[in-house]
Amino acid sequence: MAEVPMVFILAGLAAYTVLAGADFGAGLWMLLTRPGRADPAVTRDHARHAMGPVWEANHVWLIFVLTVCWTAYPVAFGSIASTLAAPLFIAAVGIILRGVSYALRGQVGGARGRHLVESLFAFSSILTPFALGAAVGGIASGRVPVGNAAGDLVTSWLNPTSVVIGALGVATGAHLAAVYLAADAHRLGERSLELDFRARALGSGVVVGALALAGLLVVRADAPALYDGLTRGWGAVMAGSSAAAGLVTLVLVQRRRFGPSRVTAALAVAAVLAGWAAAQRPSILPGLTVEEAAAGRATLLAVVVAVVAGAVVLVPSLALLFHLYLRGRLDPVAGPDVTVGSGPAAGHETHHRTARAVVAAATLLAGVVLTSVVGSGWPLVLGVGCLIVCAVATFGLATIDIDEERSNGRAALRREP
Amino acid sequence: MRGAANGVRGAVTACAAPRAAGHLPTDSGKVRPDSDGEDRRGWWVPVDPDYLWQARQLQALSFAVHIPLVCFGIAFPSMVLFCEWRSLRTGDPVLATLARRWSKVMLALFAVGVVTGTILSFELGLLWPEFMARFGAVFGLGFTLEGFSFFTEAIFIGIYVYGWDRLPPRLHLLCGVPVVVAGVTGSLFVIAVNGWMNHPTGFTMRDGVVVDADPWAALFGNTYFWHEFVHMYFAGYIVAGFAVATPYAWAVLRGRRGRYERTALTVAMSTAAVAAPLQVIVGDWAAREVAKHQPVKLAALEGLGRTTRGAPEHLGGWFNGHEVVYGIEIPRLLSLLALHNPNGTVIGLSAVGADDIPPVNVVRFAFQTMVGIGTLLALLGLLFLYVRLRHRRLPRSRWFYRAAVAAGPLSVVALIAGWVTTEVGRQPWVVYEVMRTTEAVTGASGIPVGYGTLVVVYLGLAAAVGWLLRRFSRIPLDLPTELPAEVPDDG
Repeated sequence: MAEVPMVFILAGLAAYTVLAGADFGAGLWMLLTRPGRADPAVTRDHARHAMGPVWEANHVWLIFVLTVCWTAYPVAFGSIASTLAAPLFIAAVGIILRGVSYALRGQVGGARGRHLVESLFAFSSILTPFALGAAVGGIASGRVPVGNAAGDLVTSWLNPTSVVIGALGVATGAHLAAVYLAADAHRLGERSLELDFRARALGSGVVVGALALAGLLVVRADAPALYDGLTRGWGAVMAGSSAAAGLVTLVLVQRRRFGPSRVTAALAVAAVLAGWAAAQRPSILPGLTVEEAAAGRATLLAVVVAVVAGAVVLVPSLALLFHLYLRGRLDPVAGPDVTVGSGPAAGHETHHRTARAVVAAATLLAGVVLTSVVGSGWPLVLGVGCLIVCAVATFGLATIDIDEERSNGRAALRREP
Repeated sequence: MRGAANGVRGAVTACAAPRAAGHLPTDSGKVRPDSDGEDRRGWWVPVDPDYLWQARQLQALSFAVHIPLVCFGIAFPSMVLFCEWRSLRTGDPVLATLARRWSKVMLALFAVGVVTGTILSFELGLLWPEFMARFGAVFGLGFTLEGFSFFTEAIFIGIYVYGWDRLPPRLHLLCGVPVVVAGVTGSLFVIAVNGWMNHPTGFTMRDGVVVDADPWAALFGNTYFWHEFVHMYFAGYIVAGFAVATPYAWAVLRGRRGRYERTALTVAMSTAAVAAPLQVIVGDWAAREVAKHQPVKLAALEGLGRTTRGAPEHLGGWFNGHEVVYGIEIPRLLSLLALHNPNGTVIGLSAVGADDIPPVNVVRFAFQTMVGIGTLLALLGLLFLYVRLRHRRLPRSRWFYRAAVAAGPLSVVALIAGWVTTEVGRQPWVVYEVMRTTEAVTGASGIPVGYGTLVVVYLGLAAAVGWLLRRFSRIPLDLPTELPAEVPDDG
C-alpha cells in the first residue's frame, strides 16, 4: 500500500518527461534550425504548431507529481523542496518564462521582438529540464537528508551526478521532440522537414546514448550506491531495457517508421525512471524508506481512490485529445472558414421573459430569507442554491433580446445610446 | 521570537480541531528525536525567523498574481459558451465572433494561469516545507483532486480553442462544458484546503506528529469552506464580468458604439451585475461563519479591543492597539452583522494573548476596501440591471461608462483585499490554532533573491499579458458588412 502512490508518482514523472520533455525539446529545436533542408522559419512554425493544443495538458503532469508526493510522502516532500529550493525555483522561473514566451509566440511583429521571444522560449526550454534533472540528481545521489533545508543548498544540486542528469534531461527532450516532429512532418507530408527532424532525431539519440554511458561512469565515482543499484537486479534490467528501446528507436527512425518510434522512445524514458526507482528501493531519501515516509493508511487509500476516480475522467479525455491531435483534427485551418450557425432567428420571447422574471423574483426572496434570516443547516444550502438560480434567471432576462435588434434592423440600432 | 503552540486560549474555543498540547517543534526549540529512534518525522531543525516575513511576502505576491486569473478560469468559459450557444440557436454572427475572440483571450489567460498556479504549488514546498511535511497527509488530497480538474480543463480548453471550424458546431459547444465544470470543481478543491487551514479538522496530533489523518473528513466533512467557496465563486463572475466589460466601456466612451461593442457589454455587464448584488448576501453569511469559528479574526476586521455587548462598527479610522480612533462609529452594527442581534456580545482581541493577534490594521483596511468597493459594484450592477430590464437598452450616461471602466480594476482590488482579509486575518497561524506560520517556514536562505527575481518576472509577465490583450483587441472585426460598425452618437 505504501508504495502504490510511488508508482503513481513514477508514472506521472514518466508522462511528464515524455510529453513535456518533448515540448522542451521542441523549444530547443526552434533555436537550432540550422543546418537543415527546410527554411528556418518553416521549421520554427512546425515545432510551434506541434505543441499548440496539447501544451497545457502536458505540463499538468508535473502538478500531478507534486500533489501526490506531498500528500502521500509529506516528510520526504518537505525535505526535498527545502534542500533543493534553488533548482526548483530555477525550474519554476523557467516555467513562467516559457509560459509567457509561448503565449506571445507568433504574436510579436518585427524581427527583433520575435527573435527575443524565441530566444527566451528556447533558453527557458533548456533551463527548466536541466534544473529539474539536477534536482533529481540530488535525490538520486543521496544528497537530500531528512529535515527542513538539512542538506547543502548548493552542492545538493551542483554536483557531478546532478549535472549529468540535467544534461541528460535536456538531451532526452530534444531527442523525443525530434522523433515526434519527424512523425508530424511525415503525417503532414512535409518531406524536407521530415528528413531534417529524422537527422536530428538520430543525432540527438546518439548524444543521449553517449551521455547515458558517460553518466554511468560519473555515477560510479560520485554515487556508488546508485551505481550498484543500476547495475544489479531490476535496476540493471531496466537500464538494459532502456538502452535496447533507445537503439530500437534509432533503427525505426532510420527506417522512417515514426509511429512505432514514438512508442519506443517513450518506453526508453519510462525504463530509465523505473531503473532509478529499482536502484533506490526501498529508500526514498537517505535513512528514510518509502514505507516510513508514507502517510497514514486513510490518506494513502484516499490518494488511490482519487487517482483512480481521476483516471476515469482523465484517460478518456486524454485519449480524445490525442486522438484529435494526432489525426490532425486540431491543426490550424488554412483560411478563415467562418461558418455561423443558421438556426432560427430570435423569436418572440415575451412569455420567456415573464417566466424568468417570476423565477428570479421568487428565488431572490427565498434566497435572502433562507440564507440571511434562517441562515443555518439545510435551509442555508437551499438558500444559496436559490441565489444561484436567481443569478442565472436574471442573467437570462438581461440577455434575452441580445440578438433581437438584428432582426429589427437599423431602426433598432439607432435607438441605442 | 518565542512561543510554543500551546494554542488553547480562553475565548477562542469555537474551533473543534484537536490541538497539540505544547509538543510542537518551534523556532525556539526542536522536538527531540525519540530515544528509541522510532519516529524521525517530527525532527526538524529550528529556522531563522527572519525568513518568515520574506516568505510571506513572496507567497502573497504570487497569490495576488494568480488569483485574478482564477476568476477568469471560473467565469470566462461560461460567458464564451453562452455566446456560442446563443449564436448557434439564432445564427447571430456578432455573438459567434464574440465567442471566437473571447476564446482566444480565455486560452491565453488560462496559459498564464497554468504557470502562475504551478509556481504556487512549487512555493508550498519551497517556502513552507514544515507545513507540507507535517500536514501534507491531511490536506494534500485537495490539490491532487484539483490537479485532475486542472487536467480536464487543460485538455478540453485545448480541444475547444483549437477545434473551432474543425469540429461539428454542437460537438464543439459540448467540448466547452467540461471546461466550465472543471473550473468550478478546481476552485472548490483548492478552497477546501483553505477552509481546512482556517478550520482544521480530520486529524489528531500526538507529540507534534499528525496521526489518524482522514483527508476526506478534513476537506469535505468540514463545513467551514462552503461560504469561502460560494463567496469566491460569485467573486469570479464579478471580476471576470467587470474586467471583460472594461475595454468595451472604454470603446463606448471613445465613440465606438457598434453592435459588437454593445453585445459584448451586455453579456459582460450582465454577468457581473447579477453576481455583485447577491454577493452582499453571501458576504453576510461569510461574516457570520467567521464570527462563529474565528472570533479573533472577526475582532481584527473591526479592531474591537475588548469583548463588547452591542459592538459598534467603525468606518475608516486607525486601530491604536486598544480601539479604533478617528473612525465614524455606527453603534451596534458589528453585533448586528456578525450575530444578527444588535445586542449580541462580540469577542474582542484582548481575549487572546498578544502573540495570537493578526496585524489588525492590515486586516481592517483590506476588509473595508473589499466591502466599500463591493458595495459600489453592487450599486453599479443594480443600476445596469434596472436600465437593461426596464428600458431594454444599455445605459446612456457617460458616467455609467466611466464607472464601468473603473469597475474592472476595482473588482480586482476588492478580490485581492478580500483574500488579504481572510489570509492575514488567519495569522499568526498557518493551520488555525494548531501550527504557527513561524513554524512552517523554510530553513533555506536566499528568499530575497527569489523575491527580487519573481518581482521582475511577474512585471514582465504583466507587461506581456497587457500587450497581448491589446493586440487581440486590435485584430479587425471581420463582421458581415450589412451591420454598421458604428451608429450615430445621440446619447
